[in-house]
Amino acid sequence: MDMISEELIVSGRHIPNVDPYLHVWHWQIPFYLFLGGLAAGILFFAGYFVITGKENKMQATVKWAPILAPIVLVIGLIALFWDLKHKLFFWNLYTTIRVESPMSWGAWTLMVITPLSILWVASYMKEIIPGWNWKFEFLNRIEALLIKYRVWLAWVMMYFAIILGIYTGILLSAFNARPLWNTALLGPLFLVSGFSTGLAATIWISKDAEERKILSRIDLVFILVELFLIIHLFMGFWAGSQTSIEAVKMFLGGSYTVSFWTFVVVLGLIFPGVLESMELLGFHVPKWIPSALVLFGGIMFRFIIVQAGQISHFIN
Amino acid sequence: MRYAMAIDTKKCVGCGDCVVACQTENNVPHGYCRDWVVENVNGKYPDLNLEFRSERCNHCDNAPCVRCCPTGASHIVEGGIVLVEDNKCIGCSACIESCPYNARYVHPEGYVDKCTFCVQRVEKGQNPACVDVCPTYCLHFGDLDDPNSAVSKAMKGRQWKLLSPEAGTKPQLYFLI
Repeated sequence: MDMISEELIVSGRHIPNVDPYLHVWHWQIPFYLFLGGLAAGILFFAGYFVITGKENKMQATVKWAPILAPIVLVIGLIALFWDLKHKLFFWNLYTTIRVESPMSWGAWTLMVITPLSILWVASYMKEIIPGWNWKFEFLNRIEALLIKYRVWLAWVMMYFAIILGIYTGILLSAFNARPLWNTALLGPLFLVSGFSTGLAATIWISKDAEERKILSRIDLVFILVELFLIIHLFMGFWAGSQTSIEAVKMFLGGSYTVSFWTFVVVLGLIFPGVLESMELLGFHVPKWIPSALVLFGGIMFRFIIVQAGQISHFIN
Repeated sequence: MRYAMAIDTKKCVGCGDCVVACQTENNVPHGYCRDWVVENVNGKYPDLNLEFRSERCNHCDNAPCVRCCPTGASHIVEGGIVLVEDNKCIGCSACIESCPYNARYVHPEGYVDKCTFCVQRVEKGQNPACVDVCPTYCLHFGDLDDPNSAVSKAMKGRQWKLLSPEAGTKPQLYFLI
C-alpha cells in the first residue's frame, strides 16, 4: 500500500482567489507581460537598425512599428492599473524605489520607456504624416534635437527595451514561493519571446519583402533560442528538488500538458518557424500567418505560465 | 527581541477556537481568516500519524513579502512582526504570490491583510487572541531571546519542526512534535 500524506484545512477557509488554489493574478498580468515584451521587441529593433545605419532599408521597423509601442505600453499600464485592488493608492509606487522588488523596478522602467517611445515616434512624425506641423516653436526645437541625437536616443531605448523584456520574466522568477517561476531562465526566456513577438508584429506591418526577409531571418533565430530555453527550463526542473519536479509535471502529463505543447510549442513556435523557413526558401506564405501564430504563442505562453505558476507550491 | 509562536501539535485538537478568536479580535471580514487549522495524515496503514496544526503568518526572518513589496507597505516592526500599512498598499498582490504559506489575502477594501500576531495586544504585554483562547493551551507566544518567555519554556526539551524551511524564509512558527 502506498504512503499516505494528506493535508486538509479543517477549520474552514474559503478566501477568494487564495483557496482552493492561488489565483490572485487574473488575465491582466499575463496580458500586460505580453504587451510589455511586444513593445520591448519593437523598440529594440527600431533602435538597432538606426544604430547600424539601415534606417532607409528598414522603414517599417524604424518608423511604422514603433507607433504601436506607446499604444501597447499604455494599454499594458491600463491592464496593470486594472489589476490593482487598492487603486487610488497607486501613486505610492512612485514615492519610493525598492531595489529588491521587481514590481518597483517595473513601475519605474515603464515610467522611462513609455515617454522614450513617444519621443521616438515624435522624431519621425513629419515622415509618418507628411506636412505635419507642431504648431509651437519649442516643439520644433525639441524635434530638431531628437533628430540630431537620434542615435543616442536609440542606444538608451535599446537598453531600456532589454530591461523591460527581462523584467517581464524576472517579475515572476523573484517569487521563490512558486517553484515554477523560481528559475533564472525565465528572464532570458521572456526577453527572447518578447523580442520574437515584436519582430512578428513588425513583419506583419512591413510592406517591403526585403525587410520582411531580414526580420524573418532574425525571428527564426529567436524561435530556435526560445525552443532551446524551454527545453533547458524543463530539464532544470526535472533535475531539481521535489517541488520543481511537481511543478514541471503540470507540463509533462499534468493539466497544462495539452495547452502548453499545442498552443505554445507547436502552434506558437514550431509551425511559424517552419513557415518562415519555407518563405526564406522561396515558397509563398501570406505574411500574416507566421506573425499571427508567433503573437498567439506569445500570449498563450504568458497566460499558461502565470496561471500554472500560481498553482505550483511548496510541499510541507 | 524576536517574537515567535510555538504550536504544540500533540495538544491541538483542531477545535478552531483560535480562528474564531482572531476573527473577533481583528474584525476579520466574513468569509476570511488570518489563521486556520490543518489536519495532516501521514504514513502507511495501519501505521498512521495524525497531526493538527494551527497555522498563520510565519513572521519570517527573511520575509519574501517584505522584499517583493514595491511600496514598502509590507514592513517589519520591533520583534520581527511583519505588518502591512493599509494606506501604502496598492493591492498589487506581489506579496501574496511571494508567500509560500498562502498566509495573505486581499481584504474586501482592497489592501492586503494577514495575521499581525495581534500587535495591538502584544504592545500592551498581552498574548495574541488565539493564544489566550486556546482551550488545550497548545499555543505559546513570546520573545525567543528571553529564556523565561512562554515560547522559550514551551520549546525547552521538545522537538520541533518548521513549515517548508527549504523555502529559505526562516519562519518563526515552531511546531512542537
